[in-house]
Amino acid sequence: MTTSTASRLTSPTPPSLLKRLFNHETFLAWLFLLPSLIGFITFYAVPGVRGLYISFTDWDMLSAPKFIGVENYADMFQDKQFWRSLQVTVYYVILNIPLQTILAIGLAVMMDRVTKSNIIRGIFIMPWLLPPVIVALIWLWMLDPTLGFVNNLFQFLGFSRQPFLGSPDQAMPSIALINIWQYTGYTALLFFAGLQTIPKSLYEAAAIDGANERRIFWSITLPLLRPVLVFVLVTTIIGSFQIFDTIAVTTGGGPIDATRVITWYIFEFAFQRFQMGYATAVSVVLFLILIVATVLQMRLLRADESDLA
Amino acid sequence: MSSRTAIFSQSHPRKIKITWGKALSWTAIILTLIIILFPFWWVVRTSLSTQREMLANPESIAPVGLTTVNYARVLGQVDTETAVAAGGSGQQINFWLFLRNSVIVTVLVVVGQTFFSALAAYAFARLKFPFRDKLFFVYLTGLMVPAIVTLIPNYLLIRDLEWDNTYMGIIAPTFLMSPFAVFFLRQFFLGINRELEEAASLDGASKFGIFWRIIIPISGPPLATLAILTFVSTWNTYLWPFLVGKDESVRVLTVALAIFRSQTPQGAPDWTGLMAATIISMIPTLILFLFLGRRVVNNIQFSGFK
Repeated sequence: MTTSTASRLTSPTPPSLLKRLFNHETFLAWLFLLPSLIGFITFYAVPGVRGLYISFTDWDMLSAPKFIGVENYADMFQDKQFWRSLQVTVYYVILNIPLQTILAIGLAVMMDRVTKSNIIRGIFIMPWLLPPVIVALIWLWMLDPTLGFVNNLFQFLGFSRQPFLGSPDQAMPSIALINIWQYTGYTALLFFAGLQTIPKSLYEAAAIDGANERRIFWSITLPLLRPVLVFVLVTTIIGSFQIFDTIAVTTGGGPIDATRVITWYIFEFAFQRFQMGYATAVSVVLFLILIVATVLQMRLLRADESDLA
Repeated sequence: MSSRTAIFSQSHPRKIKITWGKALSWTAIILTLIIILFPFWWVVRTSLSTQREMLANPESIAPVGLTTVNYARVLGQVDTETAVAAGGSGQQINFWLFLRNSVIVTVLVVVGQTFFSALAAYAFARLKFPFRDKLFFVYLTGLMVPAIVTLIPNYLLIRDLEWDNTYMGIIAPTFLMSPFAVFFLRQFFLGINRELEEAASLDGASKFGIFWRIIIPISGPPLATLAILTFVSTWNTYLWPFLVGKDESVRVLTVALAIFRSQTPQGAPDWTGLMAATIISMIPTLILFLFLGRRVVNNIQFSGFK
């Protein structure tokens, strides 16, 4: 039986693996781990592997899955609707993330200047606490073409009424705005927490050197917020690529295919057309896209380095 | 480095600028607060209005034809005739039932996931066993796999087990653990001073005794934070319970709201009823938030993974 070199160095007489597997503490540890291990194996590990296998099959859930190799992947790359749904998803991410991040940083800096009120911070994260389904319903009503408050306000202010979620051009921007409403306050609080970790002495030193506010923001605040920025961008971009609930409640992928994002495309194939193999193959590709996107961001944002040193 | 007096000599000309900055900041913050809060008022206003009056006065900021009939009908307290007269579709709806289902599902997941994850986290933080760090790394990879990848296989599993349309089916994937919960608690347990545990160990306490009598009681704050996060994410999920729990007997609020919305006629949606149902679905979260809001706000740094 093998033992690692590290334990051979530390203990003069290494106990055999068999012995270590059955000693009292090991036994206890496995007992402590047992429930979580069952959960992990049943609902993470096995489904992960099984999903990969299903993606190489043709399966309508009525007859047994038939192994067809990479055919699902080949079909996918030739399907115009697949590329369209990827395009729609990226469009959503581009509409959502930059605006949300900039607004959040701005709000955090302003809060940091004038208030640390718990009540204000509490109100800021309220939308984040609510189910996306509820937020989508609220805004479906607010943005209603005929009775919605926003259109009444537009009319009152002399603008023309807008179809919002009802038009192919405005549907995706509307959904992006709904999600910006839900998540900006939360993101702002993450940045606000990050701001509290920046040493005040740096600002004092910069003020002594005569740096103006803009200069201070670009050369102190923003670089030192980078760890939070990396965290926020990585998690919000991963989340945005998987947007589903808002679309399920508001547009159902429409009008036409204006909001048929990748998760909606997967949902349609899996649970409306019952093509489990194909749907799973698309979800595997989505997973790969997310990994690439995350690694790229970590590289671009130099996630493992700090400017505070 | 210049002397400290420089700060004071500069402070006077800067003062006006700071005031402007402050005014601008307050304006932006107040504007944000209005944008966040107003939709909530609009939901309240709609839910307390009668359908007919609301259509006649779409611009009124206050409720029009003040009524609680919308709440009564989404809670199944009025007969079909009254409900239809108030704008309902005639479908029998009972949000008490859905509220109960949401509470059952959420409480089970919060208690189960927190407890079992804490057990695992303790083993990873304090016990010695072969492959410990390798296994922990494997758990961490679970943190990176997006839900959509395991969604279809998990759905097929629940279907094969014939657990669809049962509470068991809805809670199964999250009841025994979440990689984030294990990770979060392990990090905290690692930071606990070992002296207490060693003293208890000398007094003859068992490992489980130490876990239950020492570790759990002093881990109140992180356990509470984790429980709140788990509450919010379980209460809020839609797709999973929609796939495995559409049946009314186990249907949770998010699913019920989406179905309610899809059943209301396209031309003239039942907005007053929908908004009353929305309010009812929000109340538990808002109550939790009133009592524990400070903790949520202060622990927000940790919560990004959801």
